[in-house]
Amino acid sequence: MADRHGLSPQRGEAERLRIGVLASQGDFGAHAEMLRSLGAEPIEVRTAEELSGLDGLIIPGGESTTITKAIERDGLEPAIRAHADSGLPILGTCAGMIVCDREHLGLVDAAARRNAFGRQIASFEVELKVGGIGPDPMRAVFIRAPWIDEHGAEVEVLASVDDRPVVVRQGQIVLCAFHPELTDDSRLHALLMAMATAARNRAAEVRGISSRG
Amino acid sequence: MAERATFRVKRGLAEMLKGGVIMDVTTAEQARISEEAGAVAVMALERVPADIRAAGGVARMASPRVIKEIQEAVTIPVMAKARIGHFAEAQVLQSLKVDYVDESEVLTPADEANHIDKHAFEVPFVCGAINLGEALRRIGEGAAMIRSKGEAGTGNIVEAVRHLRGIVGGIKQLGALGREQLSAQAKELGAPLEIVEEVAEGGWLPVPLFCAGGIATPADAALVMQLGAEGNFVGSGIFKSEDPERRARAIVEATTHFNDPERVAAASIELGEPMRGDDIGQLAAEGELLQQRGV
Repeated sequence: MADRHGLSPQRGEAERLRIGVLASQGDFGAHAEMLRSLGAEPIEVRTAEELSGLDGLIIPGGESTTITKAIERDGLEPAIRAHADSGLPILGTCAGMIVCDREHLGLVDAAARRNAFGRQIASFEVELKVGGIGPDPMRAVFIRAPWIDEHGAEVEVLASVDDRPVVVRQGQIVLCAFHPELTDDSRLHALLMAMATAARNRAAEVRGISSRG
Repeated sequence: MAERATFRVKRGLAEMLKGGVIMDVTTAEQARISEEAGAVAVMALERVPADIRAAGGVARMASPRVIKEIQEAVTIPVMAKARIGHFAEAQVLQSLKVDYVDESEVLTPADEANHIDKHAFEVPFVCGAINLGEALRRIGEGAAMIRSKGEAGTGNIVEAVRHLRGIVGGIKQLGALGREQLSAQAKELGAPLEIVEEVAEGGWLPVPLFCAGGIATPADAALVMQLGAEGNFVGSGIFKSEDPERRARAIVEATTHFNDPERVAAASIELGEPMRGDDIGQLAAEGELLQQRGV
């Protein structure tokens, strides 16, 4: 079942990035597929143990109330916090944006507004330019999506719809109100993987220095 | 520039509900209990299937007043059922801005020959299916989500298992056929060729597949998830049980941790009595099967 979509790329096992996808609830499968297509090893995460040894983490779209309750029920918060504290990157999409905001895990100094664009009937897709991934716009699919109501100075806005921030970045955390995993555009996933590679290199450098010292 | 109600946008919400539980509710209070228990969405209806079965008579769309109360009570998506072929009920539900319409065999069918033309709507639809052909016909009509029908209101999982195995098995069989065999297979399935080709190539339905109709315990939820369901609808199983709050939470937990029997066991402790189940053979003998409606 894990391989229901029949994808099983084999390449450079030793170097492959291990990217966790929170699988408590939501469209984690589509994220995993996109990561696989980029050569990373996606790890479905449902327990705190599964959060260890990752190079990066995706908190997917889904129902933010359901995911928040699952994080609490399954005791995942300390491990997610430890992941963030050690400078490893996180990509949160839609519900993932809400889960990371001030009111929830507090990983990003921003307040997300749930269902900000309205009910399903108001859901939409649009061409959207996103900073940091190149000049071509993304096909951005918004499903009962949130936006960022208000944010601190540390938070960089990478894209907006009607002046409402919908992609933001603070340090190693990128939050996105729409669903790149529902399209063929993998640039935000590639950004996460680039951040994960950089974090891995930093860690290797630190190890190198300490072993020489 | 922004486009609403594209098929991707319609299907998108169903994608977000994966790994979750959609619960039947008849009141705002039940909706609140469901949300608090971790439901990904609620389904508004007049009576839960077990009560529809007991009451007999004509089962219709829920009253707009109740739907509005439920919408005001929760922030998760609110779905509602329309009768098979009753496009005016679906229009009413769309005007109420429900998040999904379930064109459902649980209600009394309004049209014996035709389903709703779901492409004509902006609101997305979910439909039931007992086999692959039926699933693909509904997708051809515009359904953006499929649920195996099972036998609603019985608390008996046997039909859900049969339907799910049939649909998943049917998908695998399609994948094994040569391209030249697909046309004949489409005819046999009674399904549009282009969708048959899409399934054969992609190895899965073009929309999410959930399970419905008979889930009463956490182990039932784990069973159907292992059989390939991507999420669960629970109808009478929650609010016809002794302790709906705990049972709802336990079924949510088992739907996430379906591959972890220890978690399913732990979630199953001290839930009180499940709903009383019905024997399918007896219902069939009495001509009371809902799954035969609108195939």
